[in-house]
Amino acid sequence: MTATRAIFIFLKYLSLAAAAVVTMLPLVVVLIASLKGAAEYSRTGPFDLPSNLFNFENFATAIVKGDMLQGLANTAFILVVSLVGTILIGTMTAYAIDRFQFRFKSLVLGAFLVAALVPSVTTQVATFQIVNNLGLFNSIWAPIVLFLGTDIVSIYIFVQFMQAIPRSLDEAAMLDGANRFTIYWRVILPLLKPAIATVIIIRGIAIYNEFYIPFLYMPSSDLGVISTSLFRFKGPFGAQWEVIAAGTMVVIIPTLILFLVMQRYIYNGFVSGASK
Amino acid sequence: MTTRTDIPSAPASAGRSSTPKGRRNGQGWKVTPWLFLIVPLALLVTFIYLPAGNLIYYSLTEWDGFGATPKVFVGAANYVAIFTRNDILPVFLVSVYYIGASFVQMALALYFATMLSFSTRFRNLFKGILFFPYLINGVAIGFVFLYLFQPGGTLDSVLHTFGLGSLTQHWLGDPSVVNYSLAATSVWRYMGLNFVLFLGAIQSIPAQIYEAAEIDGANRWHQFRYIIAPGIRRIIGLSFILAISGSLSVFEIPYVMTLGENGSTTFVIKVVQLGFGTFHKVGLASAMAVLLLAIVLFVTWIQRRIVPDEVVDLS
Repeated sequence: MTATRAIFIFLKYLSLAAAAVVTMLPLVVVLIASLKGAAEYSRTGPFDLPSNLFNFENFATAIVKGDMLQGLANTAFILVVSLVGTILIGTMTAYAIDRFQFRFKSLVLGAFLVAALVPSVTTQVATFQIVNNLGLFNSIWAPIVLFLGTDIVSIYIFVQFMQAIPRSLDEAAMLDGANRFTIYWRVILPLLKPAIATVIIIRGIAIYNEFYIPFLYMPSSDLGVISTSLFRFKGPFGAQWEVIAAGTMVVIIPTLILFLVMQRYIYNGFVSGASK
Repeated sequence: MTTRTDIPSAPASAGRSSTPKGRRNGQGWKVTPWLFLIVPLALLVTFIYLPAGNLIYYSLTEWDGFGATPKVFVGAANYVAIFTRNDILPVFLVSVYYIGASFVQMALALYFATMLSFSTRFRNLFKGILFFPYLINGVAIGFVFLYLFQPGGTLDSVLHTFGLGSLTQHWLGDPSVVNYSLAATSVWRYMGLNFVLFLGAIQSIPAQIYEAAEIDGANRWHQFRYIIAPGIRRIIGLSFILAISGSLSVFEIPYVMTLGENGSTTFVIKVVQLGFGTFHKVGLASAMAVLLLAIVLFVTWIQRRIVPDEVVDLS
């Protein structure tokens, strides 16, 4: 009995250690490569540690010559505008759906529910024509309006959270003479802070990582975001793996820092986001 | 964990909001909800329903995508072409690799979630390591694995170290291997999400149930079979649907790593090439997109039928 238990525990830790190695190894070797000089890279194997652990030359090359600074700036702009917009639009929709009775309400609700099932990757051929007709092709506003218009998950999260806010608060404010907009702005929105935090995490990571939309709608070279500017490394830096590795690390490191700082919120965010 | 059923139940509970005080504003309360909804609805119609409708219309025409060129009505010809063109049929086959991979992904996620639900040293560390790949940018993952798979690269070195040098191959260059390599990359990327969802569901099972089972003499396997498995049935069902619709719409990893070369073109890569590339076959690309949309909706509908939204009662 204790022998089987011991074997069970041994196999458990063995499998966990193996999984940890398989997960980390691909990332660690890229980090190693990013710190090597060009000559050193071609001379040494993937597991040989770099001679100088503080050789950030490749990072400088990637950021300056690879236009990653521009990419980071564009990503930051898209991120901030889209998140503010998504929070306003999502909370307003949730407020209307949860706190009002009106004609065609079930139709509106159904429209949002069905839209959540449409994977946006499938409809881009037609969406492209609309974005183009709006004159937004090759503009930084194309991804922003698309992120705002196709984000149903946030609405779900806000509705669910709002259902837990007692209606007596609305009614009390109404007795004090507040109108619906004041209630939304002064009562509901501040109480939705935890839901807003969840949406910022889930959508923030999704937007930071998005490749398909900026790739299709912003081909211009000065409109790169973090994903597309890294993707463009394929041509000019084709053979310079040490520079590509540094560019890859530039993209990954902010995510890693965010994850280490906000682990708990990130897990909770994805658990509530995925089950909608 | 919250369920989808909360949403449809909203109208019933919202009924209470039309209190006498609410009517004090006269007709105002009927206009107000639309003021809140006008922007969201405009965006919803413009960027989801209008494209979906246009997609069906385009799919029945032959069109190069330029505003000036007239759209020629061709009926179902594009749909017939999907199943008869030699360059489109193989992309269905490529999906099979990713669907197969999603089974592996579920099994691994379930295994590690179960293991970490028992008391474990360094639990948070293992959990963090297994989950982190899910957060990484797809283009970055593409480059990480391009580096790993390159001839004489990390993977080949590891194989040589273990005396398995004979197993080295052109991981991304050989058409008979490339889809396995890409599907494995996809498992590496997405397993963590399933794992964290499963772990969350397992940990929401009350501890007393395990204690009671242990008193009754249940071992680890019994606990898994009779407590954990039924307790997380719903989240497994949901994850499967996400994995299958994900397998059908794979784009990023193969596009970044191989541009769809060597027989790794997926359905969505083909749609992008036909609709946006040099082919200018918007009608055909739209027909493929409509088909993909129909398949995804069908799979979701099946899931709703098989795995109802109710929470499994364990008591």
